[in-house]
Amino acid sequence: MVASDGHTARLRLNPETTHRLAVVGLWACAGLALTVLAGIIVLVLAKGLPMLSPSFLLESPERMGRAGGIFPTIVGTVLLTLVALLMATPLGVGTAIYLTEYTQAGRLAKVIRFGVECLAGVPSIIFGLFGFIFFVIYLKMGWSVLSGGLTLAIMVLPTIIRTAEEAIRAVPASYREVSFATGATAWQTVTRVVLPVALPGIMTGVVLSIGRCVGETAAVIFTAGTALRLPLSVFSPTRTMAVHFYILAREGLSMPHAYGTAAVLIIVILMVNTIANMIMVRFRAKVT
Amino acid sequence: MPSAETPVPSDPKIAIEDLSVSYGDAPALKSVNLPVYANEILGITGPSGSGKTTLLRMINRLNDRVPSCRHEGRILVDGQDIHAPEVDVNDLRRRIGVVFALPTPLPKTVFENVIFGLRIAGVRDHQLLEERAEQALRDAILWDEVKDRLGDSALRLSGGQQQRLCIARALAPHPEIVMLDEPCSGLDPISTLKIEQALQSLKERYTIVLVSHNVQQASRATDRTAFVLMGELVEWQPTAEMFTRPRDTRTADFLEGRFG
Repeated sequence: MVASDGHTARLRLNPETTHRLAVVGLWACAGLALTVLAGIIVLVLAKGLPMLSPSFLLESPERMGRAGGIFPTIVGTVLLTLVALLMATPLGVGTAIYLTEYTQAGRLAKVIRFGVECLAGVPSIIFGLFGFIFFVIYLKMGWSVLSGGLTLAIMVLPTIIRTAEEAIRAVPASYREVSFATGATAWQTVTRVVLPVALPGIMTGVVLSIGRCVGETAAVIFTAGTALRLPLSVFSPTRTMAVHFYILAREGLSMPHAYGTAAVLIIVILMVNTIANMIMVRFRAKVT
Repeated sequence: MPSAETPVPSDPKIAIEDLSVSYGDAPALKSVNLPVYANEILGITGPSGSGKTTLLRMINRLNDRVPSCRHEGRILVDGQDIHAPEVDVNDLRRRIGVVFALPTPLPKTVFENVIFGLRIAGVRDHQLLEERAEQALRDAILWDEVKDRLGDSALRLSGGQQQRLCIARALAPHPEIVMLDEPCSGLDPISTLKIEQALQSLKERYTIVLVSHNVQQASRATDRTAFVLMGELVEWQPTAEMFTRPRDTRTADFLEGRFG
């Protein structure tokens, strides 16, 4: 018997063979991706960890960073990230709540969403230039933690809005029905029912944003400056770890110090992610 | 003709007058007239898609949230038009407890689920909250099963327990009317029986509207039955009469299981 569709019949593989090919192919993809990522982390830690010591973490740099520690850049990174997220989280989550719970797919919501998507695709150096022109020059804030933090806040805002919006949309509609049917206002529904359920998803966006703030260079080099002094207020200029690493490496000041800084950077990001995960797991165990 | 043992009180708790509802171009209810009397269990039965749920959702104005929903006619609760501008929709909904077809526990503890409506209404007194929670759980025949698990997540209860929890949640704020939309649709016979028992003891304090496409349940658990078919209220009568002497042949066909 010749199959009526002989051409495709000849091309078709045995399902078992297809399955094996798929397993091998997918395994190779995952293996390659993980190797590259692990390779970067291992390389940086291998070169950077020997530099780490209490004095490296707790002392100020000397001779432009060729010697001494990186304490002011750690403080600067933490302060900038803090300012950025304290601004961006309420603003972003508020926008997401408005878009999901208070508008019915109206034109305004579409315009806002389109703007958010465009903003997400803009390279960070553009945010840096904007921050420099607007905060540093026009608002006369100068190179400062505040200028840098506000610039980073604008940069991560789209991420926070999008992840929060998706997390809020994923909350089952039946929860809202129950809440409204009980006589709750929209605000009570948001605060007592929707946000607690959406919180882990919202936190994911915040954690992603922390990572981007901690690792950002282009947006902060123009706005927070490169000063190596310990920042004493939000109006002081500062240098972040990422900028410090960039300057040490680019100007050939000290590769060991550059890798030491990079190692601290990676450890900080790993710690932030781990802590955020632990909080989320605890929270989920509580509500489900 | 209402029979002698179920006299018709003069003022209905809920009066539905000439109510027509449509979603976009699709009509869902066609000039329905139906009174619901205090302290009775009104059953609304009919095949799927006949408009039973729409009727419930109109009474507590949940359909306000559906943009395509349009209506004509009036719904009066205690003589007050519920769509009148001076009516606060959240006040109205607090007077009307709702239990949905599928169990809808919130992802909170058993205790927080029961007192959700009281929290919404701003009750803070913990002793009062505990009293109301216990009473509501007893009314819903759930207390003995959950009294040691009040701090557990409600999502860990069984389906039948979750549905009784939802009934308790509807009762705890002491509404005047309790509406149940197919509350037993996903439940086993024992859970169904417990819910029907709970309803019988509750009608002394509440006006109850029970939507059910299950004819047996309507005949067991209700005082009066309304039969809805394709958006039209075919007839309503005391349940005993409806099941022995339906006036309309369509009612007879449905009750005898010829369709639906």
